Amino acid sequence: RVDEWTDVDRKRVMNDIISTMFNKKFMEELFKPQELYSKKALRTVYDRLAHASIMRLNQASMDKLYDLMTMAFKYQVLLCPRPRDILLVTFNHLDAIKDFIHDSPGILNQVDETFRQLIETYNPLSDGEFQLIRQTLLIFFQDMHIRVSIFLKDKVQNSNGRFVLPISGPVPWGTEVPGLIRMFNRKGVEVKRTEFITAGNYITPQREGSFELYGDRVLKLGTNMYSVSRPVETHMSGSSKNLASSAKENIVPNPLAKEELNFLARLLGGLEVQKPGGSETGFRLNLFMTDEEEEHAAQTRPEELSYKVINIEATQVRG
Amino acid sequence: SVSPQAAWCELQSRVLLVLTSQRGIQMYDPDGSTMVYWHALDIPEHPAAHSVFARGIAGAGGHFICVGTSSGAVLVFDVPPKGTNVMLSEVLDQHHYAITDIAAEQGHAPEGSGDLVTADDSGTLCMWSSGDEFTLLGMIPGAGCTCSSVVLWQGLVAAGYGDGQIRVLEAGTGVLRAQVSAHARWIYALDLAPLTGKV
Repeated sequence: RVDEWTDVDRKRVMNDIISTMFNKKFMEELFKPQELYSKKALRTVYDRLAHASIMRLNQASMDKLYDLMTMAFKYQVLLCPRPRDILLVTFNHLDAIKDFIHDSPGILNQVDETFRQLIETYNPLSDGEFQLIRQTLLIFFQDMHIRVSIFLKDKVQNSNGRFVLPISGPVPWGTEVPGLIRMFNRKGVEVKRTEFITAGNYITPQREGSFELYGDRVLKLGTNMYSVSRPVETHMSGSSKNLASSAKENIVPNPLAKEELNFLARLLGGLEVQKPGGSETGFRLNLFMTDEEEEHAAQTRPEELSYKVINIEATQVRG
Repeated sequence: SVSPQAAWCELQSRVLLVLTSQRGIQMYDPDGSTMVYWHALDIPEHPAAHSVFARGIAGAGGHFICVGTSSGAVLVFDVPPKGTNVMLSEVLDQHHYAITDIAAEQGHAPEGSGDLVTADDSGTLCMWSSGDEFTLLGMIPGAGCTCSSVVLWQGLVAAGYGDGQIRVLEAGTGVLRAQVSAHARWIYALDLAPLTGKV
């Protein structure tokens, strides 16, 4: 039961998961230029991370947590005003993480190290390269339309699972508010100005977010969704429209499967899983209201939404 | 990964369907029955920090098909009136950033205007005159924003940018004739109605 957890337990789990995630070897693997993982591979890594401490989740809760994570991530990538802003979203994530472990200097150091690597690797990329990254990520999330309570309540997601694209507010940094046509003569001198009305209600942004280690990111995407606590549910029905194609995806053997398993083994080799030993009982996290509800969710989950997790006994490579 | 692109190239004596992807370039007969030509992109031995892909397709000069690449090179293929003997005739090396789009003149170009425009990630535009050897007529440097799409009509280039701007320039001189704050987000595509010049 979650309500039996103490603050010490919570801190322990937070520290364990974050220090595992920002483990040097793991980050080294992540920063190598590579293709995007398959859905199975990502889910496997996620499972491993979620179990990096004394916390345990049953299949149904794990599925629900993963659904939530993927939809939140999709939302953030989709709504980035400009492609480069996905980096600001990442920095928001890291800022929040640093706050969770602010009194553990060792882990804080690991996170800062990753932060510096991100800045070094990604700050110099062009807008076109960021757009490519964004489109690659969006292709991964295409056809996922799971409805998330918190998004429905805030009216950022419709009842059909699609996200709402705002047509008001500040335009992206570097973009002008739409509505002006300027004409120039053959000598390049401006000779005429015309304005046109747009459906939106846009304003000029005040300032650009910071891409440094410390700074105001300005963008709110990627900040803690749960800083105001409210119940969170996900809804399964009417999610995937392309049942036939996703079923097919599972049948055709992936020629790169072996390569991917090798990659996963290397990646997971850096993730130490803690097993509750001795008198430690470990805690189980249930994302549903009761055990019965969790069990029911596991049994009634639509087939096309089941994540096929790869089980890997990855041993650490000495090197 | 870059989305695959498909474009009909209407040449003087035949029409070909050209497809681009991360692996390379394919050309098909209009009914899709025969693959006329396949050009594989050089895949570097060790995975590079930057992806390799082909992007931007246009038919020019009656018998050439031009395809852009992620290195900035534009491949020019000479296509015979019949058959599969397509040859890589030239590689245009002016751009230093990934090609985003290529457009051929869809109306009647005034004297000295050139019949092809190429655009890249840095926003740089290059104007070309097609032939057995393509000639670079002019280069308009980018202003720090990606030019995502471009069309060419009666010697005027209309270019769409990542910052939501559309710019209209004279192909021959590079002079800016119009600037529109058109969109609040990245412009993904421009299309041209060739009979009326509407974009």
